[in-house]
Parts: sequence; C-alpha cells; structure tokens
Amino acid sequence: MAEQAPLICRDIHKTFDQLEVLKGISLETRKGDVVSLIGSSGSGKSTFLRCINMLETPTSGDIIVHGDPIRFTKNRKGERIPADNKQVELIRAKLSMVFQSFNLWSHMTVLENIIEAPINVLKVPKKEAIERAEAYLNKVGIYERKDYYPAQMSGGQQQRAAIARALAMEPEVMLFDEPTSALDPELVGEVLKVMQSLAEEGRTMIVVTHEMAFARDVSTQVLFLHQGVIEEQGTPDKVFDNPDSERMKQFLAPNF
Amino acid sequence: MLDLKGYGPALMEGAVVTIELAFLSLALAVALGLIGASAKLSNSRAAKGAATTYTTLIRGVPDLVMMLLFYYGGQVVVNMLSDYLWDAYEIDFFFQFDPFISGVITIGLIFGAYMTETFRGAFLAVESGQIEAARAYGFTRWHTFRRIMIPQMLRHALPGIGNNWQVLLKTTALVSIIGLTDMVRVAEEAAKAERMPFHFFIPVAFVYLTLTAGSELFIKWLNKRANVGVVQES
Repeated sequence: MAEQAPLICRDIHKTFDQLEVLKGISLETRKGDVVSLIGSSGSGKSTFLRCINMLETPTSGDIIVHGDPIRFTKNRKGERIPADNKQVELIRAKLSMVFQSFNLWSHMTVLENIIEAPINVLKVPKKEAIERAEAYLNKVGIYERKDYYPAQMSGGQQQRAAIARALAMEPEVMLFDEPTSALDPELVGEVLKVMQSLAEEGRTMIVVTHEMAFARDVSTQVLFLHQGVIEEQGTPDKVFDNPDSERMKQFLAPNF
Repeated sequence: MLDLKGYGPALMEGAVVTIELAFLSLALAVALGLIGASAKLSNSRAAKGAATTYTTLIRGVPDLVMMLLFYYGGQVVVNMLSDYLWDAYEIDFFFQFDPFISGVITIGLIFGAYMTETFRGAFLAVESGQIEAARAYGFTRWHTFRRIMIPQMLRHALPGIGNNWQVLLKTTALVSIIGLTDMVRVAEEAAKAERMPFHFFIPVAFVYLTLTAGSELFIKWLNKRANVGVVQES
C-alpha cells in the first residue's frame, strides 16, 4: 500500500454571512511536501489554512488527516459544525500551527510554552517533554532564551520559539500562517532559514506566505489563490516561470 | 494604653466576625462574578438575559434595602417552604436566617454583580490570539479556560478585584444594622453606654484602615506576580 497522505482537502467552501470566501479548494499532499499558498490579501489563503485545522469550520468539503476524515454534523440553525470535538482536538494536535503574530502564551516562559501542549494534550511525561523542548530550542537556535518570557525577546526569536512549540508536537503537518509578515525586515531571514532547514528534513509543511523567493526555492507545490479559487497550481518552476493564468502573471510582475 | 472599659475582648471578637464576614462574602462574590461573566459572554440568550437582569437589579438597589429584604424576607420564604414541606411530604426542614448568613448572602450577591462586570471586561481584554493558539494545539475548552484564560484574565481583573474588595470590607459595617455583633455593633453599644463615641469609634475606624491598607499592599504584590512576563510600559 502506498504511504498514507498526511493531508487531503477536497472541495473546501467557506462562506461568511453572505460572502463566499473559498469557492472549492482542493489540495493533496505527500509526506515531505512543502506547499506554498500565495495570492494577494483577501484571496482566501489564510482562511483556507484556518479551515484545515478547523479554526474556521468549512461550509462544505472534506478534510482528511492521515486517512482520518473529520466528521461533521449540523446544529439547530442548520450550520455545519464538527460532530466530535474530541476528534477535532486530536487532529489539531497533529497539525501544529505557527501564527503571523506568534501567539506565544505571554504568561509562560519559552520552555513552558513548548511543553504545555505535549504534556497536556499528547500526555508526554514532563521530563521527556522538557528534553524534547530543549532539543528543538537548540535546533531553532534560542536554547539560551528558554527561561525568557515572550515579551522579553525580539519578534524573530519569538517566532522561532513558536516554531519550536510547533515542532514539539511532532506533527504530521506544520501550518504556517504568514510567519514572517509581522517581523521587521532584518529579522525575516532568521525565521526563513529555520523553515528552510525544516523543509530539507522532509517535514510536511503548508505555508501561507508573501515571500516569493521562499515559495520558489523551497516549495514542492505552489498554489496561487485569487478570489477564493485556485488560479494556478503546480511546481514552483511551472507557476513562477511558465504560468497559464493572466492573474498570476500580473501578480508576479511587481516581484521580479 | 487605650482603656476600652472592659469592651476589649468583645471588640476583638467583633473584629474577627467582620473579617470572617468579609472573606466569606468575597468568596461568594468571586464565584458569582465568574459565573456571571461566563454567562454574559456565552452564546446562550437565556444565560445572557439572566446575568444582565442580575447585575441591573443589584446595581440599582441600595445595599441596605437589599440587606433588610434578605434578612426579613429570607426568613419568611424559609418559613413558607418549611410549612409546605411539612404539610405535603412531612419533611422536617427548618433553617434560621441569622444576621451573619444574611450578611454573607447579601454582600456576596451585591459584589458578585460588580465582580461580574470586572471579570467580563478582563476576559474580553485577553487577546484572541492567545485563545486561538490554545485551540490550535488541541486544548479542550476547560484546559484553555484554566491554563490560558484565567491567568491572563487575572492580570486585567486584579485592579478591579482590589477596588471591590476595599469597598466590600467597608460594606460589612452595614450588617450591624440587622443585629450582627461585629465590631461596629460592639463599639456602638459601648459608645452609648459609656457616652464616649470617640473613644470607641476611632479604634474601630483604625482597624478598618489597617485592614484596607494591608490589603492594598497584598494586592500590589499579587499584581506584580500576575504581571510576570509583561513588559511594563512607562
């Protein structure tokens, strides 16, 4: 049997009130894929990412994480809601997310931030969780900051701590929601470097980004979203050098 | 040395009653405040309505009126319930509403309403990203509430809790009106009997002042602890 796909999304739609933000997005990943989601603001790329781990509930469509499809039901108003919150929690634990504004828990030290979910959600023994956390802190290069509070660090360090927090879950897929957009320009490089090394290790990643160089050099798949649909999809070479879509050409024009 | 004309021990006992009353009322007020704030922030219309009715009612009625209502009215309700239970089921149930219990219930209810507003504001002040991160990492609702919401909310709530506590402590003096022998009541009796108001009320005022000043220091210390990890903007 072929290896189970870490994540499959089929025909995801999302409507907010009357506004249809996603109009049928599908995505299939293989292990080790790095998928870049690009597009202008309002194209729906962040919403799509948030649908994957159910921070937004898709109005229709399937999400299958490592062969396990998320089950849905309807509430009294007829809105679609997850059928089993426990299942959603388990699936979220397999899809760790890195946020644009880091969202490290501000009342905890870096180390406490990293061990919180492994201990309480994955039930890893504390000692092991700490060892794991220290290893990942080393990897992202901020081991010596482990007892700092988030507010005492630079944005780049905070985002690297957030990446260590995501790694400590040993997730199937890592979701990055514009991880460098809130950073000062001189701090973007240190975060991208960490992400590139993760990609090289063969971690499955889905990255919403405005960093075209990253999308081009690091991804295995690029999705260009425009007004809630996939306008262009394929390998970076195809999407960047030989796009079919007129919009993709326009989108790239100011970048290169 | 201050000569309390033999009322010293009674005044001491009264002070202990005051402190017990204050702490029990605070516990009730905090519990009611958390429930009220959760209700106000919930999606349930019934819960929201109930909590809003509660805070509106309490905030619009004078403390003293409410206390008299609970003390005298509460006993009437208990008596009626007692009669009914005996007549209908032969269950022997009785409960004496003493001034202390009435005081705790009334003060707890009054300050529960103020705490509801304090906690509501504090919960709203927690950044949504903090909660979202908890959800994204598979936390249950309860775990998110306990480990993320409560500690972060407390930072915002502590100043308000401190203010409410100071006012609550002083409100306990009202319970002497319905006959609780707290230190105010003892002082009043002593002052009347000895015709020496300054001699007895000034020490009482001083005890309150000591309690509030001590609380202020304690709250400052708590604030400092709760705000660990926050860069203070000066």
